[in-house]
Amino acid sequence: MLARPMLQRLASPRTGGLLALAAVIALLPLALRNSYFYDVAILVGLNAIVCIGLNLLIGYAGQISLGHAGFFGLGAYGSAILASRYGWPPTAALLATTLAVAVLAFIVGRPILRLRGHYLAMATLGLGIIIFMIITTEDKFTGGPDGISVVPFRIGGFVLQGEHIWYWVVGALLLVAVWLALNLIESPAGRALRALHSSEVGAEVVGINAAEHKLMVFVISAVYASVAGSLAAHYSGFVTPGKVAFLHSIELVTMVVFGGLASTFGAVVGAAVLTTLPQLLATFEDYEMMVFGAVMIGTMIFLPRGVVPSLARLFKSRRSAAADGNAEKT
Amino acid sequence: MSLLRVEGLGKKFGGVNAVEDLSFAIAPGAVYSIIGPNGAGKTTLLNLLTGVYRPSAGQILFQEQDLTGRAPYEYARQGIARTFQNLQIFFNMSALENVMVGRYMQERCGLASALLHSPRLARAERACREEAAELMRYVGLQDYLSSVSDAMPYGALKRLEIARALATAPKLMLLDEPAAGLNPTEALELDDLIGRLSDRGVTVVLVEHNMRLVMGVSDQILVLDYGRKLAEGPALTVRNDPKVIEAYLGSAITPETPYGGDVARAVAVAVEMQR
Ligand SMILES: Nc1ncnc2c1ncn2[C@@H]1O[C@H](COP(=O)(O)OP(=O)(O)OP(=O)(O)O)[C@@H](O)[C@H]1O
Ligand SMILES: [Mg+2]
Repeated sequence: MLARPMLQRLASPRTGGLLALAAVIALLPLALRNSYFYDVAILVGLNAIVCIGLNLLIGYAGQISLGHAGFFGLGAYGSAILASRYGWPPTAALLATTLAVAVLAFIVGRPILRLRGHYLAMATLGLGIIIFMIITTEDKFTGGPDGISVVPFRIGGFVLQGEHIWYWVVGALLLVAVWLALNLIESPAGRALRALHSSEVGAEVVGINAAEHKLMVFVISAVYASVAGSLAAHYSGFVTPGKVAFLHSIELVTMVVFGGLASTFGAVVGAAVLTTLPQLLATFEDYEMMVFGAVMIGTMIFLPRGVVPSLARLFKSRRSAAADGNAEKT
Repeated sequence: MSLLRVEGLGKKFGGVNAVEDLSFAIAPGAVYSIIGPNGAGKTTLLNLLTGVYRPSAGQILFQEQDLTGRAPYEYARQGIARTFQNLQIFFNMSALENVMVGRYMQERCGLASALLHSPRLARAERACREEAAELMRYVGLQDYLSSVSDAMPYGALKRLEIARALATAPKLMLLDEPAAGLNPTEALELDDLIGRLSDRGVTVVLVEHNMRLVMGVSDQILVLDYGRKLAEGPALTVRNDPKVIEAYLGSAITPETPYGGDVARAVAVAVEMQR
């Protein structure tokens, strides 16, 4: 009697998925042999946080952005400049930067999100490029193409330094990021996002202000990117414009699509695979990018909805086929 | 006092007057039907009455409040719900979730509450799920409570849209050709459903080509042609209106008749009326 709802809850993405992810994060260090492995794992975590936010925008609300590296960059540079140049406490720098990015996303999102499809893609692309240009040309503050170094993150007297501590910090934040996203999706606002993705007029006529919801999710996704950027800056101790560039925006979108649109765990898997794959493929040297491309093409052909949703569907149909088989026997 | 009043309403698409100088009023509690041949402007009128299109002329008053030029979600918040001739189902969600979206106005909460999944929200979500299921049973979709929407047959999707519209707790419900594509049994069930909606106190606007359905359930009928009002009145009056009959049967088709002498069109309308 009691076991059934319990089992159902464990099978739900919010409870079951979060527990599974927590278990992976807790057990992964057993396989991380040296600090290089930890470094890759942290990179995966930070990319995953950006991708979870971006997936809310692209996967759930159906609004493309080719400029999210810009928000990541603003987070990184905001924290770097405030904490390192002006000596702000890193926590204050992080909060102020996040707030500023949220306000900026709110202001530019309003006109941009009126556009649709290719036009929205072009506008967000332009936004990313403008942010990149400002960061590379305002070298008085940003160090231009050379970048700037960043002080370590500290809270009071406690300094966050070394891969091991950062691993647990990023792991915990990743769990929080997933939890918040899953909550949002299962809320009335989350349903409104999915509804307007499918039919904007259908959503409006039940009372949903589509423009307001698009703006909300755009700001949320910008905040996810910005926070990850701030953390990345403090973790690596250095920021360069590379992570702000157009190519990084594309990488982020690729991770989201690869993992599976409209799947929060898909975003995590996409970030994990596409961050580690280039490291694994380093042995192929000159052919690295070719193999990388082949893996991408193969995945999209055989798992067209992205890794997680396609596998989930496969698993489900297997299971219901098995259930049908049982029903026939009895 | 009328629930909805329209004054001199017009909508132009380029040079085409899809709706022109239209005035009428709908009494609360009525089943008000709108008929007319293909392209008469019925769907355009519903789009105007829900804010999907902005009128090029005229006014829309709901409970004596001027809603002209407002966004669709504002019409919904005043209590106007609708279904679509070409379905607007959220195919990325389950059937039940489609109806839950319909309860958005009652359920919506602050962002913090949504992100943190507050206990109050968790309770409200359970209640919302229950009520959505109840509405699905009400429209006869009890077999689809755990269906994904993209696996449902057409007739069930049409009813799913009615359940979703009903979930908004509307005062006025606009149905755009709910019987189109339904088999005769399903169409009969629709008579019953419209009757029950009306009993529930919902005022119904019915756009429909199925004359058996229209003549059976309507309190009032508006006949549209070329975007203009051809006739208006109770079912029997409209059916026997000498002007309508004359025009429809084409005994005196001249360039001055509402068809502009278009015989084929007059015959099409006449055939439809006699069905
Ligand atoms: N978005 C639009 N752009 C241009 N013309 C339109 C548009 N919508 C409708 N029209 C035109 O307006 C006229 C009325 O169309 P409408 O769809 O309202 O007719 P209807 O009465 O609903 O017809 P049906 O019975 O076929 O559904 C038609 O001539 C149509 O071509
Ligand atoms: Mg129509």
